[in-house]
Amino acid sequence: MAIALFNILIFPGFLFIGVFGMLVEYIDRKLYAMLQNRVGPPWYQPLADFIKLVAKEDIVPEQADARVFTLMPVVALTGTVTAFFCIPLWGTKALFSFNGDLVVVLYLMTIPTMTYFLGGWYSRSVFSMIGAARSITQLFAYEIPLFLCVLAPAMLANTWSLSEMAVYYNSHPWFGLFNIAGFVIALVALLGKLEKVPFDIPEAETEIVAGTFTEYSGRLLALFRMCIDVEMVVGASLLAAVFLPFGVHYGPAIGFGLYLVKVLFVVALLSVLRTIFARLRIDQMISFCWKYMAPAAFLQLLADLIIKGIHAP
Amino acid sequence: MPESSNFRIPIGPQHPALKEPECFSIVLKGEKITSMNVRLGYNHRGIEKACEERTYIQDMYLIERVCGICSHSHATCFVQAVEEIAGLEVSKRAQYIRTLIAELERIHSHLLWLGVAGHEIGFDTLLMYTWRDREGVMDVLAMLTGNRVNYGMNTIGGVRRDVTSEQIPQILSAIDILEERTKYYIQIATEEVTLRERLSGVGVLLHDDAVHLGAVGPTARASAVDRDIRRDDPYAAYGELSFNVITDNHNDVYGRTLVRVGELMESYKMVRQILKNLPEGPIAVKAPRKIPAGEALSRYEAPRGEDVHYVKANGTDKPERVKIRAPTLANVQVVAHMLKDRYLADMPIVIAAIDPCFSCTDRAISVREQGNSTAGTMSWPTLHSYSIDWYRKQGIDFAELNKKFKIRGALK
Amino acid sequence: MIRPGRMIREVLESLFRKAATTKYPFVKAVMPDKFRGKLKFYPERCIGCKMCMRDCPSNAIIIRKIGEKKFEAEIDLAKCIYCAQCVDSCPKKALESTKEFELAGLDHEKLKVVFSAETEDAVETKA
Repeated sequence: MAIALFNILIFPGFLFIGVFGMLVEYIDRKLYAMLQNRVGPPWYQPLADFIKLVAKEDIVPEQADARVFTLMPVVALTGTVTAFFCIPLWGTKALFSFNGDLVVVLYLMTIPTMTYFLGGWYSRSVFSMIGAARSITQLFAYEIPLFLCVLAPAMLANTWSLSEMAVYYNSHPWFGLFNIAGFVIALVALLGKLEKVPFDIPEAETEIVAGTFTEYSGRLLALFRMCIDVEMVVGASLLAAVFLPFGVHYGPAIGFGLYLVKVLFVVALLSVLRTIFARLRIDQMISFCWKYMAPAAFLQLLADLIIKGIHAP
Repeated sequence: MPESSNFRIPIGPQHPALKEPECFSIVLKGEKITSMNVRLGYNHRGIEKACEERTYIQDMYLIERVCGICSHSHATCFVQAVEEIAGLEVSKRAQYIRTLIAELERIHSHLLWLGVAGHEIGFDTLLMYTWRDREGVMDVLAMLTGNRVNYGMNTIGGVRRDVTSEQIPQILSAIDILEERTKYYIQIATEEVTLRERLSGVGVLLHDDAVHLGAVGPTARASAVDRDIRRDDPYAAYGELSFNVITDNHNDVYGRTLVRVGELMESYKMVRQILKNLPEGPIAVKAPRKIPAGEALSRYEAPRGEDVHYVKANGTDKPERVKIRAPTLANVQVVAHMLKDRYLADMPIVIAAIDPCFSCTDRAISVREQGNSTAGTMSWPTLHSYSIDWYRKQGIDFAELNKKFKIRGALK
Repeated sequence: MIRPGRMIREVLESLFRKAATTKYPFVKAVMPDKFRGKLKFYPERCIGCKMCMRDCPSNAIIIRKIGEKKFEAEIDLAKCIYCAQCVDSCPKKALESTKEFELAGLDHEKLKVVFSAETEDAVETKA
C-alpha cells in the first residue's frame, strides 16, 4: 500500500513526472532560443509560470458548460500520467508491464486530444470552437502514420509489450537499424500529436488567439499546461523506448540514466524541427500526412513484415 | 451553439494577428471565409485638427509621430509641401541627406515586414533573425539622427544635422553586412517549402483589380502595376539616382515578398550611390516663420506606398488645413476583396501582406445622426457642441475636468 | 531547389554563436554620441528670450525669471518628446541633450525637473 502510494505520488508518479516535465519544457525552450540566437529563459521559468498560474483566479465563462469546462484539464492530466506508468524506465522493467501495454499507451495518449476538443467546444467561445474542431481534424491526419510506425517494430519483435520489445531488441541489436525510417516518420507525426510547429494549427496564436485554451485561466490553465509538458515526456519516452532500444541490459541505475539521455535527445530533435518550419494550413497538413507520411509508414510496416518472414520462418 | 455552421468572428480590434487596432469582422463557414466587413477609426487621434493650432515647426514633430515606422516619410512629405508654398530652394546636400534617411527607413521597414510576415505564419525563427539584422540599421540611424525611430531630421528649409565623414564608413559597413543577410533571406523565401506553401496562391490580386481598387506600393507592384513615385514624380534627390523599380507578376503574397526583398537590394545600391556623390554645401536655408498664403500637394513613396499630404497656408505661422492620406487607407479596401472564399488560416498573412499601418490610416470620421439614415457632414462648431452634450449625458462634465488638469486650449 | 528545412544549417550554427540579445537591465545599453535624451540647461547662458518655449511642440519647458538677468527652466520629463528643437532654437546654446534615457518614475510631480542658478553653478532640483 505504501509502495503503491509512493509510486503514484512520488516516483514515477506526479512529483517525478511534474519535475521531469518542467525540465523538458525548460530544455525545449532554451534550445529553441539558442537556435534563434537569443538568450532564452532561466531554468526556473516553467516552475515560475506554473506557480503564477496557480495563484490566479480561474474564470469560467457564463455561456460555457461549467462541469465539462472544469473537468477537462483534470482528465487530460490523468490520461497522460497513467500512460507514463507503462513506459520502461529502468532497464527493461516498467511499473506496469503486460502484453498489450503498447496499445494502452497509445490509447491513453489520445485522451488529451479528446479533452482539447471537448474543453474547447464547451467553452462556447468562437475561437475555442474553431480550435477544437481543428484539433480533431488534425487527429485524423497524424494518427495513422504514428500508430503504424510504432506498431511495426512491435510486430517485428512479436510482442505488444514495451518491456518485452526492449528485451527483444537488446538480444537482436541490428534489427533496430531497420526502424530508422519509422523513427523519422514517427518524429514528424509526434509533432502533430504534441501540437508543435509545423502542426500547431489548433493553437495558432495569430489566427485564433489560443484555440482551445482561449477561455482557460488560473489553475485550470496550469493543469492544461502541465498536461502538455507531460505529453511531451510521454511521447518522447515512447519513441525512445520503441526506436532507441540499446543499452537496456545494464541494470536499473544505468538503465535509468540512459533513459533520461534518450528522452532528452528526442526532445532536442523535436526542438530543432520546431525551429526550422513555418506553420501549415490544416488542408495542407492533411494532404501532406495522407500523401507522404501514411504511404511511408505502410512501407515501413511492409519492410518489417518481410524481415520477420525472412528471419523467423 | 450556432444552428448552421455560419458564424461571425471578430478579428479586432484586439487580436494577436493585428499589431494595431482595426475591426475586421469575418463570417465563417467551417474554415472558409464567406464575407468580411471592415471598420476603421480605432486609432483616430485628431492629428489633422491638432496641426491647425500649432506652428509649422511644432507641426513637423507632430506629423512625424503619425506613425513610428514611416515617420520620416510623413515629416518629409509635409516639409516638402510647406517649402513649396514658401518658395524655398533647399540645398542639394540637404536633399541628399533626406534621401539617405529615407532609404535607410525603407530598409528598416522592409526588414520589419519580413519578420512580421514570418510571425504571422508561425515562423518565429525568421522573425528573430530579421529583427536581429535590423538592429544594424537602427544603430546607424541612431548614430546619424539621435534616435532609433522618429528621427527629427527635417527642418523647414533643409535638415538639422549633418553627415560627417567619420560616419560614412560605419554606414557602408553596416550596409555590406545587411546585403549578405538579405541574399540569404531571398534564398530562404524562395526555397523553404513550408514558406512557399503558405505564401503562394494566397491573397490573389489581379492586375485589373489592383488598378480598379486603387492599390498602391508593393501591394500593387506585385500585381505588375508599374507605379513608383520615386521614378514617376521625383522628389528630393531621386532624380539623380539610378535605380530599378521592382515589379512582379505572381499577384499573390509570395510576389509581395519578392518585391520587398528586391526593393531592399535596390535600397542598398541607392545608399552607396548617395554616400559616394554627397555634394558639399549648407544643410539648411533660413525659413520664414510666417508662410505666405497658398496650398500645395506633396507626394512621397513611403515603404508602404504612396503618401499624399495637402497643406493650405494663410499667411500666419499656423497652417489652415493639413490633410494626410496614408498608403494603408488605399490598400485596406483590397483586403476584403483578397480574402473572399479563402481559408481563415490565410487571414493573418493577407492582412500582413499589405503591410498595414493603421496609425497612419485613421483620419476622417463620418458621424451619422440618430434617426437619420443618410450620412452627412458636420461643421466643426456643431461637432464640438455635439460631443460635449454627448458626454454630459453620460455624466462627464468637461468643465470640472478642465479645472482639475489645467489643459491648454481646453474644451469649455 | 525547394526543400524542407532550408534553414537547418544556419540554425545549428547559431547554437555556437554568442547570443544577440542582452540581459537588460543587468547589462546596460549604451547610446551613441548625439543621442537625444534628457535635456540639460545652463542658466548662466540664458537670456530669457523664450524661443524654446515658443518652438516646443508639447509645452514641456517653462522659463521663469527669478532675478535680474537670472532665469530658471522647469522641464516636464513626461511632456518632453526629446525632439531637441529647443536645443536648435536657442540662440545662446543654453540647452543640450544628454544620453540619459532611463527616466521612468511613479510620481508625475517628481518628473518636473528645475534647473536654476541659486549659486554660481547650475543646481538641478526636483520640483
